[in-house]
Amino acid sequence: MKYIISIIIIFFAASHISLAQQTPAKKQTKSILIQNGTAHLGNGKKIENSLIAFENGKLTVIGDATRTKIDATKFSTIIDASGKHIYPGFIAMNTQIGLKEIDAVRATNDDWEVGGINPSVRALIAYNTDSRVTPTIRSNGVMMAQIVPRGGLITGQSSVMKLDGWNWEDAQYKADNGIHVNWPSPFNRSGWWAAPGPITKNENYDKHIQTIKDYLKEAKAYAQKSNPETTNLKFEAMKGLFDGSKKLYIRVDFAKSIMEAVLMAKEYNITPVIVGGKDSWQITDFLKEHKVAIVLGNTQSLPVREYDDIDQPFKTPKILEEAGVTYSFSMNGAWEQRNLVFQAGQAASYGLDYEAAIKGLTLNAAKVLGIDDTTGSLEEGKDATLIIVKGDVLDMRTCVVEKAFIQGAEIDLDNKQKALSRKFSEKYGIDIKNDEK
Amino acid sequence: MKNMKQNILLLIIFCCFSYTVWGQKTFPKNGVYDHREGLYAFVNATIHKSPNQTLENATLIIKDGKIENVGNGISVPQDAIIHDMAGKHIYPSFIEMDSNYGMPAPQAAGERPQFQPQMLSNKQGAYIWNEALKPEFNAYEVFKANDEKAKELRTIGFGTVLSHQQDGISRGSSTLVTLGTGKEHEIILKDKVSHQLSFSKGTSTQNYPSSLMGGIALIRQTYYDAQWYKTEGKKEEYNISLEAWNDLNQLPQIFTIRDRLEILRASKIGKEFGQTYIFRGNGDEYMRLKEIKSTGSPLIIPVDFPAAYDVTDPFDAMQVSLSDMKHWELAPTNLARLQAAGISFALTTAKLKSKADFLKNIKKAIKNGFSEKDALAALTTIPAKLMKVENIVGTLDRGKVANFIVTDKPIFEEKAVIHQNWIKGEGFVLKEFSKEAPIGEGVYNLGVGKKSYRLEIIINDNKPSFTIKENDSTDIKVKYAYHNEIISLSFKDKDKLVRLSGTAKNAVASGKGYNHLGEWVSWKISPTRALVEKEEKKEEEKKEEKEENKLGEVTYPFLPYGWTEKPTAKTTLIKNATVWTNEKEGILENTDVLLSNGKITQVGKDIKTRADVTIDGTGKHVTSGIIDEHAHIAISRGVNEGTQYSSAEVSIADVINSEDVNIYRNLAGGVVAAQLLHGSANPIGGQSGIVKFRWGFSPEEMKLKEASPFIKFALGENVKQSNWGDNYRNRFPQTRMGVEEVYDDHFTRAKEYGKLKRSGKPYRKDLEMETLLEIIEKKRFITCHSYVQSEINMLMKVAERHGFTLNTFTHILEGYKVADKMKEHGAGGSTFSDWWAYKYEVIDAIPFNAAILNKLGVITALNSDDAEMSRRLNQEAAKGVMYGGMTEEDAWKMVTLNPAILLHLDKTMGSIKTGKDADIVLWSDNPLSIYAQAEKTFVDGIQFYDKDEDIKMRQEIAQERNRLIQKMIGEKEGGGTTQAPSMKFQQHYHCDHIDDEMGEQHNHEHHDHSEH
Repeated sequence: MKYIISIIIIFFAASHISLAQQTPAKKQTKSILIQNGTAHLGNGKKIENSLIAFENGKLTVIGDATRTKIDATKFSTIIDASGKHIYPGFIAMNTQIGLKEIDAVRATNDDWEVGGINPSVRALIAYNTDSRVTPTIRSNGVMMAQIVPRGGLITGQSSVMKLDGWNWEDAQYKADNGIHVNWPSPFNRSGWWAAPGPITKNENYDKHIQTIKDYLKEAKAYAQKSNPETTNLKFEAMKGLFDGSKKLYIRVDFAKSIMEAVLMAKEYNITPVIVGGKDSWQITDFLKEHKVAIVLGNTQSLPVREYDDIDQPFKTPKILEEAGVTYSFSMNGAWEQRNLVFQAGQAASYGLDYEAAIKGLTLNAAKVLGIDDTTGSLEEGKDATLIIVKGDVLDMRTCVVEKAFIQGAEIDLDNKQKALSRKFSEKYGIDIKNDEK
Repeated sequence: MKNMKQNILLLIIFCCFSYTVWGQKTFPKNGVYDHREGLYAFVNATIHKSPNQTLENATLIIKDGKIENVGNGISVPQDAIIHDMAGKHIYPSFIEMDSNYGMPAPQAAGERPQFQPQMLSNKQGAYIWNEALKPEFNAYEVFKANDEKAKELRTIGFGTVLSHQQDGISRGSSTLVTLGTGKEHEIILKDKVSHQLSFSKGTSTQNYPSSLMGGIALIRQTYYDAQWYKTEGKKEEYNISLEAWNDLNQLPQIFTIRDRLEILRASKIGKEFGQTYIFRGNGDEYMRLKEIKSTGSPLIIPVDFPAAYDVTDPFDAMQVSLSDMKHWELAPTNLARLQAAGISFALTTAKLKSKADFLKNIKKAIKNGFSEKDALAALTTIPAKLMKVENIVGTLDRGKVANFIVTDKPIFEEKAVIHQNWIKGEGFVLKEFSKEAPIGEGVYNLGVGKKSYRLEIIINDNKPSFTIKENDSTDIKVKYAYHNEIISLSFKDKDKLVRLSGTAKNAVASGKGYNHLGEWVSWKISPTRALVEKEEKKEEEKKEEKEENKLGEVTYPFLPYGWTEKPTAKTTLIKNATVWTNEKEGILENTDVLLSNGKITQVGKDIKTRADVTIDGTGKHVTSGIIDEHAHIAISRGVNEGTQYSSAEVSIADVINSEDVNIYRNLAGGVVAAQLLHGSANPIGGQSGIVKFRWGFSPEEMKLKEASPFIKFALGENVKQSNWGDNYRNRFPQTRMGVEEVYDDHFTRAKEYGKLKRSGKPYRKDLEMETLLEIIEKKRFITCHSYVQSEINMLMKVAERHGFTLNTFTHILEGYKVADKMKEHGAGGSTFSDWWAYKYEVIDAIPFNAAILNKLGVITALNSDDAEMSRRLNQEAAKGVMYGGMTEEDAWKMVTLNPAILLHLDKTMGSIKTGKDADIVLWSDNPLSIYAQAEKTFVDGIQFYDKDEDIKMRQEIAQERNRLIQKMIGEKEGGGTTQAPSMKFQQHYHCDHIDDEMGEQHNHEHHDHSEH
């Protein structure tokens, strides 16, 4: 009896501080209107006094209140966003959200398969909708993610996920639409750092590239067969590269290597996307000429070379923007994605146009992913995936994400960390702001 | 067959032409006794007795391998074998001070056990505990002559070598040997010459030390142990190594280092124990000349100047660092700069890939201003003096070993050839005189009968080539033979062969032969006027070359963004800014701040004082500089000495690396000071280095002299090796339970040590115990890497039991769970803003941690532990507002005043208050905003970062790179050797970086995960 009571007490205490997982949102049933807020559309445009309406998960009105008149009574919910900002939900590119729970605990990692060439491996099915990490990322405005396997030369297939759902099937937005390659590094460290033996060229560089090229050649040949006698699952996975349904994401940083990688892809009529691209600022003409998009690695990072401009990574996005290269922001890892927005904020601090910075977190990412016809910006007909922010989402000094919707469904922005904060604030009898709930 | 022939030829050329292998007197002889006394006279030579004394037309007499007499007009004994050295130069042969000549390959004493630490030496016997210490090793005991290796050095003029086993931290004694042939009995000149030391573990498989700071601590402790052993320890134990160490202490101490800063580090150890080391340098001494000079240490300098990089491809060129480019240009100036600074040094062939480059590179140094006289001294008298063997070798004085070389020209002249190398009276012919051209280089008139030809003679590598120039475009090759003063020439004139034969001596040749018409005629070679003109032209070219050879400047540090002129503090007035005082005055609008003499001297409205520099702060913010409580930048060779569970004896302060570009990048992020911490691989880590970011200053100058001593402790997964893989389960402790035991055990022992120390009884000075005793005596303070609440609580209780307060918990991601207990104990917290999920022990980390700790009155700071994040700590502070709703002032204090309090620096740093250090940052915006950029950063009133200056420097860097690239391409096109461009990787340390930095090989034990 005592036992049962204590269980009940624990249950109550737990529910009170809500340490439980967040429940996936229910589908939008009522129409919603957000008014008086500043809308950052994600396509480079901004509306100071906006009207945003959505129904059944789709945006029905995107307008300027000074010009468009709307009958507010038609909406079942009206949100007053005076003094607030509305952005499309952000998209985390090249991440292991849902594949990696705790970096150092092997059992929680499903991002790195054995074998050098694994095009058939699918990140999608390992995606953990119940990760305790995901809600902490959502709380900072990230609503979708491209989840990517790592390891080897060809690491596997990525998918685009919504960061809310009961299971991977219902969280998927676009399945298996990217094949990922780790381009070999042109340099090898020999000796060791305190006595850096000459840092030598990677003697296997050409060999490894040849391996990738040979593989593409064979995969393409296979793709021509209408009815292969023996099914090769790896080649089956590669097929999409040649019919345009999949893009080839190539993880590469040095300028020369980027050009080599792009030219290789073009040779096989594959659409390449450069991931990382630290030196992409050196070859903007080339990138523009070949219409290559960049999933740019961490903006908040150190320069590659000792003599580089100390703010080189901070200003690279601006250089790409001004040169007309399509790029999106990205960040390494899984839990780190809570700081994705600040990768764009840093760039905005170093001269990048504000709306362009937002575009790099939204529409450009959607374009790279091939989902820009339905999401990535606040445009009528597109998904109602958006966030409402008190303050400037790119600046940690003022940023507070207050509400979020994925396809019209309102997302629970609470998370385990906020719950712990409440639990201990209560213990100490203090008041700690944690904007939740 | 061809090979065979070649070998025979070589044998003939290189064999000694004197019989000098005197049989060993104590040895039995199989055959007839054949003693020869080796009496030789070398006459008519230019004898360079020493760098300071040259005798023209002099005579050198040697006997039994020693110099019998030398001078002008001395009588030659009748029974001497005479060598006519007319036109030749005789020098004392060179002395190599850094060699392993005749040493066997070093071998490890045993194997390292797998997956567990090797705590002790594998060497069997009554030796010292650490395998990297081999003072008992004597080079002379294992020395074995090796003619092939000897020849390599003889060929470039060496006669004497100091040889040692290049293995370990203490490498034992070196031995002085000649490069002669024969029995070791004659080759060894002196048994024990010097004690050899280094910062490299060599073949030792023992884990300790794995870091440079560990190596430093090990050497210091060994000095103390040896002192103790001399008086007390001997009564308790016999120790072969410590006996030997004390013995070696009387000899010159030669220390091999890897870079300029290690000279400063090792020199400090030497000074502590009354030793002035001789350093085998690295060739980069010019980058820290002043500091190296002040050590008073003599040096042994290698001349391995780097080849130019092949920078033709602009993308490849980008990978070459500016420092590497500049070093390529300036390395040949190192010797001249050392000389000008008045530093005494010897030269060594060490580090040269090809020994054949040795003289070539010295000549290059001479072209760059090094004097020939000093070059000769650095190869002869200085080494002899440093080794205290100047009575044996170094000059050509009576009684010294007959070690000398014979050259055709002054040795440092461009085309000088070493013909003979005499070693202890044993002569080696390197190049026969007779192979020489009878006629020197130049343009001559060759008269054959009635016809004249214009003949050019060029001599390359002792081989003349004769060419007839018909006009500017046609060259006719002349076949040439010269033997025993008979010369024969043949060439084609309009398809007809001209054949000539005759005699040649002293630049005149003449004889008989057939001309192109087949007539028997006389011929003669005589100089033309053109010869004279050409010489003059050459001189002019040389002069022009010198002028063209403009060099870049040495910057401090020797990195991009270094300065050439030491910055100084100026009186600076910042007007009309928003000033974040961190004092009760709070944030003041439209306020002025005056900096003078390195201090904040006035804060207020409308200050009228005249200043050297006035800055308009309108619309900008002024704050005190950011202090990073937990950083790992600017550290050399290893951040962890995690090989033992306590390494209290090691100190990051010993390995501060002033040459790290991240210092500058941090200044650009408004960071002015940091605690450089030992890593977190063991429960009791090492002592901290607390520095101000005085960019370009030496490591000693960077240290914050007034800082309290600190030490790093660590708890949790890192110290129990949780993330090292399943195989690492043997090192104690493996659980949090064991971690507590480590502390209790060590503090108990430290207390007992203190009791013994105070008792007045003799005791062995133990650097580890000394450090722990300081903690108990509240003279040293702990910063402890920590995550979960149980361990935080535990350590506070341990501290309370042993009577001290835990100063700071760093990381402390579960601090919010025990914030009340921390407050009660008096501990502070230095945490991350929002990190989590990288390892199991941070599963409950929350970004509200800092706000909760702060709210409960715990002194709370935010730190970086990361070279990248440290330059944006202002943004991390803002996350206190974002996640916990802290006030902006409180949030800002977390990266300024609070770390100052935690580091006991708040008396002089951390706020804007009259009298405090002028560590000031001018921000473009509210410093908590992502849009804020540091525009100016002052440390002690010295402006070390300025945004506009930075832009200027970028242009200068681009220009300097461009200049050097052009120069390198010029070198390549001029036929110089180049190397492939390569990238310089920079190490960025984190807490649990545990590579072995002391081994010859890099032992990777690093793990991908849980970097913090």
